[in-house]
Amino acid sequence: MAFFQRKRRNILPGFGLSMGYTVFYLSAIVIVPLSMVFINTIPMGWEPFFSAVTTPRVLASYRVSFSTALFAAVFDAVAGLLTAWVLVRYRFPGKQFLDALVDLPFALPTAVAGICFATLYSPVGWLGKSLTSWGLTIINTPTGIIIALIFIGFPFVVRTIQPVLEELEPEIEEAAHCLGATRLQTFSKILLPHLFPALLTGATLAFARGIGEYGSVIFIAGNLPMKTEIAPLMIMSKLDQFDYNGASAVALVLLLISFSMLLLLNAVQEWQQKEYR
Amino acid sequence: MGIELQNITKKFAEYTALDNISLNVDSGDLIALLGPSGCGKTTLLRIIAGLELPDSGKIILENKDTTNLPPRKKNVGFVFQHYALFRRLNVFDNVAFGLNVLPRGERPPRKEIRDRVEHLLKLVQMEWALKRYPSQLSGGQRQRVALARALAVNPKVLLLDEPFSALDAKVRQELRRWLRKLHDEIHVTSIFVTHDQEEALELADRIVVINKGKIEQQGTPQEVYDHPANAFVYNFLGNVNVFHGRIRNGKVSLGTHHVDAPDELKHTEEKPSQAFVRPHEIGISKIQSSGSDLVGTIQEVRLLGGQIGLNLECEGFDNPIDAEIPRELYVNLQLAKGDKVFVSLNRVKVFTGDYAI
Repeated sequence: MAFFQRKRRNILPGFGLSMGYTVFYLSAIVIVPLSMVFINTIPMGWEPFFSAVTTPRVLASYRVSFSTALFAAVFDAVAGLLTAWVLVRYRFPGKQFLDALVDLPFALPTAVAGICFATLYSPVGWLGKSLTSWGLTIINTPTGIIIALIFIGFPFVVRTIQPVLEELEPEIEEAAHCLGATRLQTFSKILLPHLFPALLTGATLAFARGIGEYGSVIFIAGNLPMKTEIAPLMIMSKLDQFDYNGASAVALVLLLISFSMLLLLNAVQEWQQKEYR
Repeated sequence: MGIELQNITKKFAEYTALDNISLNVDSGDLIALLGPSGCGKTTLLRIIAGLELPDSGKIILENKDTTNLPPRKKNVGFVFQHYALFRRLNVFDNVAFGLNVLPRGERPPRKEIRDRVEHLLKLVQMEWALKRYPSQLSGGQRQRVALARALAVNPKVLLLDEPFSALDAKVRQELRRWLRKLHDEIHVTSIFVTHDQEEALELADRIVVINKGKIEQQGTPQEVYDHPANAFVYNFLGNVNVFHGRIRNGKVSLGTHHVDAPDELKHTEEKPSQAFVRPHEIGISKIQSSGSDLVGTIQEVRLLGGQIGLNLECEGFDNPIDAEIPRELYVNLQLAKGDKVFVSLNRVKVFTGDYAI
């Protein structure tokens, strides 16, 4: 957008240089490597491509990946909002510690998280034992995948909401209370609309991360074909069988769906923001 | 009685924000709480609104004890210093908010809400901005919308927390006059907090001067200005020259100069005193008019709009004296820096006791 808005002389210096750098960076780091997915897929031809990405097992893996990532993102949105709220609005001992804890999923190798979850929720694990006795299985089910993805996506939501919440003055809430609003009304009519764009961004990031997540999921998912096999695993197993074309075909579809969803969510946000600024 | 405050005390940790404050406000009055920053005036306003709870004391609004009611049940309109408009709602929805959140049974029908909001926006001269968002309005416009929003719920009491202090001087003065006019039309019992004595004097029916959590004086602007109860009030209500001296045998010493003590202090024993003279109550002349005139030299000349400010060094006084004279007089006397002039102190106000500025 900014590229086309360059009508008058800009006060901010170095537009040409920084724009050039941005384009170069995006090309070198994002576009060129990802275009390899296209280039590798093209020689396949349309027919084999179509049949490779529409086998029931591949279709099921898309379904698993997108549905679990969506569930996890929605859960993260709620839990992350609550956590950000507590971290911004209250003062309590151990707040710094809790704040640091939020970022941990960023730093931890995801495989470590996966192994921890697998041990914890296995039928002999701490939590798994009692859950199994209540008839609930986590491991080798989509629920297990969702738990892993919730963990991975959580910090995205907290960290996007926190700054927006911090700049929202408490007087806004006081004004709503003085006008007769209950706490629930203040939340739903004032706070939530204000936080919504940030919430959407956070959830989108968590969702995008969830679609691509591999390391933590494979340990807990059990990878049962048609049930708990995620799309990234599909790609890995095709690579293991030296089916490079098939792998890049699946990857291409994953890429296109993810990108169009991100594009859509960005458009929603743009539209959301437009009126107020 | 519109508002009755009985023995309100509020402490924050070690610091006493409000020390046993009692205050009555008649229905329909516009009251100014005037004091320096940190004197507790905003805390008092927030306690009336229910945004803070007092440690002790009672708040009675329109003969109903509301001390322990939450803000949303108090039916009080509150206008914040920084507007606190809802950024995601347009002007119409901001003003309608208080009506839209009423429980279903009490909520007026849509049409009625629309009429009421439009009426209020017309009252604050913002009817053209119905669909605008707060970010598209200037500070003064935002504050007028905030006022309409507060009035929408028909509040028993309107509270304004330094409503004009975030605005520039010109807009501030305009809004002041406008608020006074608005209040004369709608007559809702109102309290506004300010640290600007001019604002209080111009706008209020009564002024309550607060310092360090206590009420120093209350009365009409005229009473408070002409008969300040103590040195603090006198000093706070405008620029002053202070002369520290002693009171002895019915005379007050100002430097080497003496003036008659006021009647009530004529017969007190010798004690320290402070004498105050406002800059505009100092007479300047080139001819000595009486034996009590001081002799001074003009050190500095400042242009203060319609007035001229003079900084005078007077014989027998340690500190220079500030005077303000009309521009016309300044021109007629052909005064200039370094001139010798005769200075007469009119209306010297004397207070005894310890008071440090």
